[in-house]
Amino acid sequence: MLRPRIIPCLLVKNGGLVKTVNFTHPKYVGDPINAVKIFNEKEVDEMIVLDIDATAQNREPDYGMIRNLAAECRMPLCYGGGVKSMEQVERIISLGVEKVAMSSAAVGNLGIVAQAAKVVGSQSIVVVMDVKKTGRGSKYEVWTHNASKPTGMSPVDFAKQVENLGAGEVVINSIDCDGVMKGYDFGLVHEIREAISVPITVLGGAGSLKDIAALIHAFGIIGAAAGSLFVFKGIYRAVLINYPSRAEKDALVIHGHQNH
Amino acid sequence: MITIIDYGLGNIRAFANVYERLNILVSIAKTNDDLKDATKIILPGVGAFDFAMSQLNKSGMRETLDKLVLEHQLPVIGICIGMQILAKSSDEGVSPGLGWLDATVKRFDASFLKSKTQLPHMGWNTIHPNNDNPMLVNISDDSRFYFLHSYYFQCNNPKDMIATTEYGIQYASAVNKKNIYGVQFHPEKSHQWGIQLLKNFADL
Repeated sequence: MLRPRIIPCLLVKNGGLVKTVNFTHPKYVGDPINAVKIFNEKEVDEMIVLDIDATAQNREPDYGMIRNLAAECRMPLCYGGGVKSMEQVERIISLGVEKVAMSSAAVGNLGIVAQAAKVVGSQSIVVVMDVKKTGRGSKYEVWTHNASKPTGMSPVDFAKQVENLGAGEVVINSIDCDGVMKGYDFGLVHEIREAISVPITVLGGAGSLKDIAALIHAFGIIGAAAGSLFVFKGIYRAVLINYPSRAEKDALVIHGHQNH
Repeated sequence: MITIIDYGLGNIRAFANVYERLNILVSIAKTNDDLKDATKIILPGVGAFDFAMSQLNKSGMRETLDKLVLEHQLPVIGICIGMQILAKSSDEGVSPGLGWLDATVKRFDASFLKSKTQLPHMGWNTIHPNNDNPMLVNISDDSRFYFLHSYYFQCNNPKDMIATTEYGIQYASAVNKKNIYGVQFHPEKSHQWGIQLLKNFADL
């Protein structure tokens, strides 16, 4: 049986790991390679690493770091941050990364999604949508550049477009829920889930394993990603890398899965 | 020596790391010269079928590999797209494959899938070994492996299937004929289950 995926998401800024709240207030939490080593021991399902400076600073991805991360990861790795050309996608795949994520590049140039999917295959092309509720009607909207630029696009329309062009996975990243640790935005996930059939990973809001169980219970086979939950412990947000044990994971996957 | 083929796709370093931890010597081949000491070959891969074939053809190692595998019968294992290119052709592209196995690569028929999430087949799934092939020593029915693909390997000779996985249909997740092996999942990214499989390949 295919299982839902429980995925730590690490944010990189100036070469260090950070954790944000609502995409702001980055707090330094450690060294990326060290974190990967600990997550290896914890047998995580998959990792997402997002370089949150690259696009904002309009610079190239840090290929040296990506190579080191890919070599160290004993689980599949999805890299995102600053990816905007075909050459970059191919280069990152050649460094041993399983999946390449694009966000603002896909917003600005949908053609890159189609082209990348054609060359490296849909299974390796991920589109990350940073989503925020905006405006009078509190409508969901896709934002880019660390939540500083609105795009005017609805996440549902955008998700459908990138699926049609060959994206193999959509990561729904809630700006409103980021770092808040009060649960995922199920309304947003529901809208996207109804619209597309490629795998979805949800990021933003997980504050406990119960939140992850609830997501799996509601949506079945899905990616449940989290940042704060897997790097902080306790109300004072002490840095402590953690992840459910194999038994804990089995329990929440099986319990959550009964509906499906 | 186990030689990992570096043709610009797939996680070469991850395989090398697994074997270093097992104290097993490996080498990495980018050119024909690097294939001289090979006694076993790993053909890794992440990507699309035509891209993989064009990268392999461009590497200049194609003819030597044909000779080592078909004439000298060195054990070889293809991983993910590296398995799929062992076939004659694929629905995913127009390039001919290596044709080392009598098989074709098909796209999953999404209408067989009940779940709302359909393709790619992405994440951790189980495999069901269906004979006591040496590649599957100490790999039981509840072993989990990481899968990432939308196309599957269809053997024209069912005897070549050594393990199956269920995703809408039962399909070949591991194959073997003589010295040629293939696995659809990523053992280099499948924690201790994958390490066991890579150890089994080393022990062949």
